[in-house]
Amino acid sequence: MVVDVTRLTAYDCRELLTSGQVSAVELTQAYLDRIAAVDDQVKAYLRVDAQGALAAAAAVDAKPLAERAPWEGVPIALKDILCTKGMETTCASRILKGYLPPYDATAVAKLREAGLIFLGKLNMDEFAMGSSTENSAFQVTRNPWDLERVPGGSSGGSAACVAAAEAPWALGTDTGGSIRQPASLCGVVGLKPTYGAVSRYGLIAFASSLDQIGPLTRNVRDAAALLDLIAGRDPRDSTSLGLPEPVGVPHREDLKGLRFGIIKELAGEVCEPGVRGVFAQAVRTMEALGAICEEVSLPSVERGLAAYYIIAPSEASSNLARFDGVRYGHRAAHSPDLYEMYVRTRSEGFGPEVKRRIMIGTYALSAGYYDAYYAQAQRTRTLIIREFAEAFGRFDFLISPTSPTVAFKVGERTADPLAMYRSDLCTIPVNLAALPGISLPAGFSAGLPVGLQIVGPHFSERTLLDAAYAVEQALRVEVVAPLQGAPGGPAKPVAPGGPGTPVGPAGREGAA
Amino acid sequence: MISRQEVEYVARLARLHFEEEELTRLQQELGKIIEYVHQLSELDLSGLEPTSHAVPLKNVLRPDEPVPGLSQAEAIANGPAVEEGQFVVPRIG
Repeated sequence: MVVDVTRLTAYDCRELLTSGQVSAVELTQAYLDRIAAVDDQVKAYLRVDAQGALAAAAAVDAKPLAERAPWEGVPIALKDILCTKGMETTCASRILKGYLPPYDATAVAKLREAGLIFLGKLNMDEFAMGSSTENSAFQVTRNPWDLERVPGGSSGGSAACVAAAEAPWALGTDTGGSIRQPASLCGVVGLKPTYGAVSRYGLIAFASSLDQIGPLTRNVRDAAALLDLIAGRDPRDSTSLGLPEPVGVPHREDLKGLRFGIIKELAGEVCEPGVRGVFAQAVRTMEALGAICEEVSLPSVERGLAAYYIIAPSEASSNLARFDGVRYGHRAAHSPDLYEMYVRTRSEGFGPEVKRRIMIGTYALSAGYYDAYYAQAQRTRTLIIREFAEAFGRFDFLISPTSPTVAFKVGERTADPLAMYRSDLCTIPVNLAALPGISLPAGFSAGLPVGLQIVGPHFSERTLLDAAYAVEQALRVEVVAPLQGAPGGPAKPVAPGGPGTPVGPAGREGAA
Repeated sequence: MISRQEVEYVARLARLHFEEEELTRLQQELGKIIEYVHQLSELDLSGLEPTSHAVPLKNVLRPDEPVPGLSQAEAIANGPAVEEGQFVVPRIG
């Protein structure tokens, strides 16, 4: 059977495998064919492991159906910040080129244990520092909805790969919006779990108090399933707690009795008009499902961006001190002494944005400035945490657009670091407060996807995803970019079709 | 604002080297970023504790039992220069 992967969710993949309609090798090959057909344009993958994936798929096929685990044989792709044993992991940085991790990240190990097939490693901003994936040392990933635009970042490879159907789902990481913002710009679902829900072991650290691993998927049910696969307390990450209960399969059909607070500071003038329009329409849809939506003010979230650009670079300057050319990665040749070797290795190995953030962090933590910047930023963080906690006394969930703008053009913001940093205005406060947040495709503005962010209290993933599912079913937004494969790509085929016709970019405009 | 001398000093602390023109650009960029984040130092937050952890956590101790870790060979396998099971570095200073 020829499989048309462009319509498949991860649940569809599982159904095709468990019903015996396709083999794991056929399914994996179908994704490899799709990658071969479109990744020249999208450039989501840094490395495709065709051989490893097909070998793992063949091993699944050798097992009787009855003996397989539920997700065995379903392919996935991984952001290149996650350590994969014996498989090159670079963080899209020259300094880690050729690095072969001696162990799997815990999230990766859990997926391997569950029998998932790893298609390859995905592009990102170097060390996850960026909002456009233009900071990769190796390539610029394109937005599948418009190849002249960025996919967002830092998990731009993950979002673009799912939007272009080059994998049914992917893992990303989110420090200030790095899952949700690219999910928004590429029109897919992206979930940042509560800090501590997923182990950070083997996630190459950027800002340890903010980093979380999470799913990028085509729909909410896939996001719930992938979260359940990777969540859990891990003795190797002392900040991990796991989830109080599995999320299970989201099934809620209405929002009756649920109160949603519209975060005034993140949903108003800071967002461009097209984004505000789609957001307002989504709010009306939610109200039609029985939700009570009211404006709420969290005055300190406006300071979130400033606090974040102290806290995250400070942590990064400390975390990235380990890249010194001694134990792994790049080492500058012919250095006269150890100090020079450190300086040359780091200056050759890191790109401009990583250097900039190391400089900001080193400055903020240096003698004489610590109280003015770092301590003050952490006090601001305390204030933001309090304001969220107060808001959750009155509301079940909080909402805003995920990104103030739709996808911007490649090169548009690279000359102005602050303009790039503002891309994460709506997502950063959620990381500072360690809350779970999801971005859902909400519609289109000028043909480009717009995301709706829903934020819940700590460890509310189960109810958050249930509510998100109801919203998703009502919005029915198309989540596969209309990207044409190169001529000679895989043949057209049959696949499990979804019901009805979802709203695409043109449909949304026609209906408005 | 941040002076040229401060940029050079911070670069030394961070073990980074910049060419002259990079220093000029960096001084401008850092100046703008520092100016932006300076809004925080104008806030009166005197009654607030700085966040140390955003999710309430308490220490949980595991049983202190030895478990296998990486072998020496695995631990040094990525080293740019290794000899007799150890990392080799240039002479110190």
